[in-house]
Amino acid sequence: MHAYVCDYITDLVQNSIEAKATHIRLDVYTGPEAIRVRISDDGKGMDNSTLSKAVDPFYSEAGKHDHRRVGLGLPLLYQTAEAVNGTVDIQSTPGKGTIIGFTFDATHVDTPPMGDLASTMIGLMTFSEQFDLELNRETPKDNYQISRAELIETLGNLEENTNIILTKDFIKSQENDLTQ
Amino acid sequence: MAKLTLDDLRKLRETKQKAMDMRDPENKEAQIIVGMGTCGIAAGAKDTFNAIIEELDQLDITNVLVRQTGCMGLCHSEPTVEVVVEGMPTVIYGHVDAELGKKIITKHVVNKKMIDNHICDKPAMDIIR
Repeated sequence: MHAYVCDYITDLVQNSIEAKATHIRLDVYTGPEAIRVRISDDGKGMDNSTLSKAVDPFYSEAGKHDHRRVGLGLPLLYQTAEAVNGTVDIQSTPGKGTIIGFTFDATHVDTPPMGDLASTMIGLMTFSEQFDLELNRETPKDNYQISRAELIETLGNLEENTNIILTKDFIKSQENDLTQ
Repeated sequence: MAKLTLDDLRKLRETKQKAMDMRDPENKEAQIIVGMGTCGIAAGAKDTFNAIIEELDQLDITNVLVRQTGCMGLCHSEPTVEVVVEGMPTVIYGHVDAELGKKIITKHVVNKKMIDNHICDKPAMDIIR
């Protein structure tokens, strides 16, 4: 199991990037009763047969690392969801994209803590692939949105360390200002 | 801190840019790539990434690019960090915790000296990128 909810976010958004998505939308809701995350992408998607294999810890997409029978991202998510009275829902269409949604019971003793969302987001935005990444962050009383495209437009790039630190502080300021 | 707007962000960047422009333009860029596959995440690569960006910021080093990448195939040695510095061989370090991450900056990037006993070789051959 990963230590933080944010670790699952890093893991799953990477799957979208590797599926050659050009648009990735991340919805993160935290409330007293639940943590809900949804990742929607326009990547290459999976047919039913691939989808049923994707939850196998010994399966990865062909071409990723053909000599290793391992692919732990989704299995770890399912394992945690089961342990904390949560759910996982995956819908995927080849050529169109994938939507992964998961919910953890926020009151369950084994539910992982949220982790550092600001650091997670800037980390994802430093991947060298071209993709738009939007975050819609919500709590019961508040919300904010950030966009990789807007940040690149504002700063020029998200490769130079100066810009990475500025972005991290920017996102942290949104997160800290959020009414829980 | 108070919530920043994109405009605030733009202004902060411009202030920093002016300071950077006054410095030595000869400084070549270095690149640091942190592995963040499932293996990296599980091994604590997020702490490594944070330590690296904070250390660069602390030392006011502005000509370094940092990025994350997926699994490099060296899962047994995560967290892994690839370091590309002009004039030095490209190196992948293994088992990079926050402390070693900082040392990579001060010793390898700044002082141009590789760090013994932590070098991992190249990405695994069965990882296709």
